[in-house]
Parts: sequence; C-alpha cells; structure tokens
Amino acid sequence: MSSLIDLINVSKSFDGTLVLDDLNLSVKENTFVTLLGPSGCGKTTTLRIIGGFERADAGKVIFDGQDISNLPPNKRQLNTVFQKYALFTHMNIAENIAFGLKIKNKPKSYIQDKIKYALKLVNLDGYENRSVDSLSGGQQQRIAIARAIVNEPRVLLLDEPLGALDLKLRQDMQYELIRLKNELGITFIYVTHDQEEALTMSDTIVVMNQGYIQQTGTPEQIYNEPENAFVADFIGESNILHGTMLRDELVEIFGAKFPCVDKGFGTNSPVDVVIRPEDIDLVSPEEGSLTGVCTHLIFKGVHYEMEVTTPDGFEWLVHSTDMCPVGRKVGIHVDPFDIQIMNKPASEDEEAVGVNE
Amino acid sequence: MKRTKDSFKRLVENFYLVLIMVFLYAPIATLMVLSFSNSKSRTQWGGFTLRWYGEMFKSATIMTALQNTLVIAFASALLATIIGTAAAIAINTMKPLPRTVIMGITNIPMLNADIVTGISLMLAFIAFGISLGFKTILIAHITFNIPYVILSVMPKLKQTNKSVYEAAMDLGASPVYAFFKVVFPDILPGVLSGFLLAFTMSLDDFIITHFTKGAGINTLSTLIYSEVRRGIKPSMYALSTIIFVTVLVLLIITNFAPHKKQEGH
Repeated sequence: MSSLIDLINVSKSFDGTLVLDDLNLSVKENTFVTLLGPSGCGKTTTLRIIGGFERADAGKVIFDGQDISNLPPNKRQLNTVFQKYALFTHMNIAENIAFGLKIKNKPKSYIQDKIKYALKLVNLDGYENRSVDSLSGGQQQRIAIARAIVNEPRVLLLDEPLGALDLKLRQDMQYELIRLKNELGITFIYVTHDQEEALTMSDTIVVMNQGYIQQTGTPEQIYNEPENAFVADFIGESNILHGTMLRDELVEIFGAKFPCVDKGFGTNSPVDVVIRPEDIDLVSPEEGSLTGVCTHLIFKGVHYEMEVTTPDGFEWLVHSTDMCPVGRKVGIHVDPFDIQIMNKPASEDEEAVGVNE
Repeated sequence: MKRTKDSFKRLVENFYLVLIMVFLYAPIATLMVLSFSNSKSRTQWGGFTLRWYGEMFKSATIMTALQNTLVIAFASALLATIIGTAAAIAINTMKPLPRTVIMGITNIPMLNADIVTGISLMLAFIAFGISLGFKTILIAHITFNIPYVILSVMPKLKQTNKSVYEAAMDLGASPVYAFFKVVFPDILPGVLSGFLLAFTMSLDDFIITHFTKGAGINTLSTLIYSEVRRGIKPSMYALSTIIFVTVLVLLIITNFAPHKKQEGH
C-alpha cells in the first residue's frame, strides 16, 4: 500500500519560533492516523499545513503523487472538521451540509440525496430544517462531520473535534468515528492531546513533541514499546528508571538484576527502563527482586493505586487489583517481557528533540 | 410604616427622573410646540396650525438643502461603511500591538473637536486646490464617519469564529465567496448599525459642514444657521422638529436593530 500523503522536510516557524523542524510524515490510504502530543508540539500546525491553511516555510506536501504545497485550501481534495465546529449559524442544517456541493454545482436531487445520506450516517435523520443553535455540542460536531464527508474527500482532517464535549459524549463519539471511518473507507488524520482517544481509535499514532516526531507506530507499539522516555511518560503512566544494561537480556536497576528480553544495547551501558505500573507484581519480600515499603494507597475503582518506596528513595507506581496496606514491606517482581529498555539520549541535540530525563 | 417609607422613596425617585427628563427635553418640547403655534410670538400660543410646515415644504431653499443633506448623508454613510468595514477586517487580522495603535489613530477624529476637524479639512482642501462645494462636504463627512463604522463592525468581527471562514474555504469556496457567504452575514448587524450611525452623524453635523461647504450650497443645519442670523422664522422650528424626530428614529433603529437580530437566533 503506497502512501497517500507525504510531508517531506517540512519546517514552519511563527514569529521566529520554530514550530516544526524538518518533519517527515507519510500517511497511507484508508488508515486512521492520530497526531498526538502536548499543546504546542506542532500537531495542529501539521494538520493546517496538510489542509492548506498554513504554508510551510520549507519542504513539500505531496498528495497522491502530486505536489500540493502551494494549493489554497479550496483547491485541495480534503476536508476538515474544526475544533469549534465552525458551522454557518445563519444557515440551517441542510444548507450547511449542502455548502460544498452547491459550490461544485451538483444537481439539486443529488444534493438532496447526499444530505439525507450524510444525516443518516451521523445518526441525525430529519434534522434538515433545524437551526444550528438548536443543536447540542455533540450534534453540532456530527453536522460538521456530515458537512465535510458529503464532498467525498479522500482524506478527512479532524482538529481535536471532541475537545469541547463531555466525557460520556466523547467516548460515544470515539466509537462513532471508528464506525464512520470503516463505512467510508477513507483516510482520517486526527489531532488530539488525549492519549486515550488516540489509543482507542487509531491505526497509527504519531507522537509529537516540540516540533519533532517522537515515535510512529500502532497503539500497541506506542504503549508497550515506547522508544524514548517522552513517549513512555506521555502515553499512560509509567515508572521511568535509570538502569545499566549488564549484557543482553539482563538489566540492573538500583543494584538488583532483572532479566528482560531486549538485546543489542551493549554491555554495562546506561539505559532508561520503562515499567508500566500494572506490570509490577507485589510479592512477599523474599520473592522480590527488590524490596520496599508501601507508602501510599488510593482506591481508583478498577484498581488500587499504590506507591512502593525502595531503600534508594524511588517511589514505584503500582496498579493492582490486590490491595497492599500502607507500611507493609513487599517485594517487587517484574516479568522479563514487561521491561522496556530505551537508549538514553546520546547528546544535547537528542535532548532537545524531546527526550527528557 | 415600612410601606409608607417605600412609597416615599419611590416618590423621590420618580420626581428625580421627571426632573432630569424636563431638563433634557423641555427645550425641544418648546420648539416642537411653537412649530405648531399659529402666532409668531415666542411666548403666546396662537392656536394649532400646520402652516409653518406647509411654508417649509413650499420653500425651494429649504427643499434643496434637505435634498443636499439627504444625498450627502446617504452617500457618505454608504462609502464610509464600505471603507470602514474593509478597514475593520484588516485591523482585526493585525497583531495586538499594531491593532491597538491603528485603533487609537482611527479614534482620534471622533475625539477631536469638530471645529478643529472642520478647519483642518477646509485648510487641506484649499491647500490642495480643491474648490469647496458639494464634493468637499461629501469627503469631509466620509472622513468623520469611517471611525464610527469601524467601531460598530469591530465587535462583530471579534465574535465571529475564524474557522468559519476557513471551513468555507475548506469546502471549496474562493476567499471572496467565503467572505460574502459566511463572514458577511455574521457581521451584517454591525455593518448596518455602522451605516445608520454614520447616516445620523452626517445628518446631524453642522460645524464640519459649515467649514467645508464653500458658498452656494447649504445643508439643513447650515441653512438654519444662516436663517437664524437674519431673524428666525417659525418654519425653522418646523424644520428643526423634523430633523430632531428623524435623528431620534434613526438612533432608536440603530440601538435596537442588532439586539433584535441576536434575539432572532
């Protein structure tokens, strides 16, 4: 499967501040790609460059083999769903949806059919003559999606479309979006800072920070095999520890040896170690690789959140359905395949790329 | 006990309100009453008549002046609305600092004393060899009307969601089509109230017109002024009454039109 959109060496700065630095990104046809990162990481700028609302200072945007870097938004075969819906409030729902089709001079009956089809698709049949203001936030966002997809774009760009909705509605809309993507069979490029949203919906997640792509991969890869401490820290909760790779498949943390499954880091080399809180087993002190004292306990509903402090002072975050009362001495055990080894940032440069700690 | 105290308080409040109203409107009421009085005396009521209104409408000078006034008010308001709206759109896209500076500059003509604006416009016209007449009045009125238009369009522009324009472009609209189809309807109430405000201001102006009109042309306000110097005629009361009522109606429309639009949503 060849790529549909390619960003090649794209850079962009605003008022002297570099927002994107030499970014390369390739998006395949019919995939759900999420640009994920904290605010100010350049994800929205990347989307706006693809949409044509910003011009890159350097680099190219290739769409289906053609350079569209200098095309205005109205000449691009993609449509956008904006964060604040951006519906036309002086038009009713049908007029909103028909906006793009009327510009393309489609026949009336075609437009009518399309409006019906789009409203059905977003589960708002019969809303043709309603006014925009009579709709809730979630409904407005569905109309915004309907308005975009009637134009049959090959790519739908979504800029934090669920940001303004409440939690329950957001979760419902996540499933809606997955369904829509599967029914339409088009490419979605989705921007969000919400890691759960990204993990739920995406085929591919692109983690960004400070204008750089930190890691690209499937949700499983991003979560289970973060390539650096930033990704590990940003996606889910994690314990990030300094370790020494003694040899292949053996890492030393705080003087204790942990067998692992990673290879090729050399011998006696410093590394970052990521262990997810739910991957830590609390056992009796004799059975553990390290021992510590439980110093914190919170009931979270699905699980208990605990902190175990080891003699070196590190507080291990542990999620478990088994409770360990504060003050009890426990052993820490981690299965080899639950330990993720990452290279430490080799240089100042790499630090700037966003690999912190 | 408490009830009498309350009613006393209300009495004082109402008395105060009436007092203010009397101060504000007694002079105009006097003018209006005298415009219907069948006597040239300013102290005696000579019975009701529409004679002065009739005289007024028969007078060619008054009718020419009325025509000038309306044409200038309409043309200057229209042109100022176009220029001012375009300016407001540009100012709205500026960065905060230049925007503040430009807004300050555009506000100066409003704060400036009319007489200073009038004299400086007159001097500028003479200095650049433009003979005073209808067109100089028009230019002067456009000049002082633009800030009012900018001020009424600006808040509407700030309210509009910038992505609405981008969404229209995204759906295939050209920049011009996108502007007229989705941005303009959003700011239309501001544009209309700017137009009406400009129209009122133009209708209302005496000082600037006086300095920029040259000889041989009069608007209603300059005509009244010159007539008054020759001894005031009751037909002038009638004319003033009509100007006052017109301006009042326009102001009411200006103030209520945008609200109505918002409530409609």
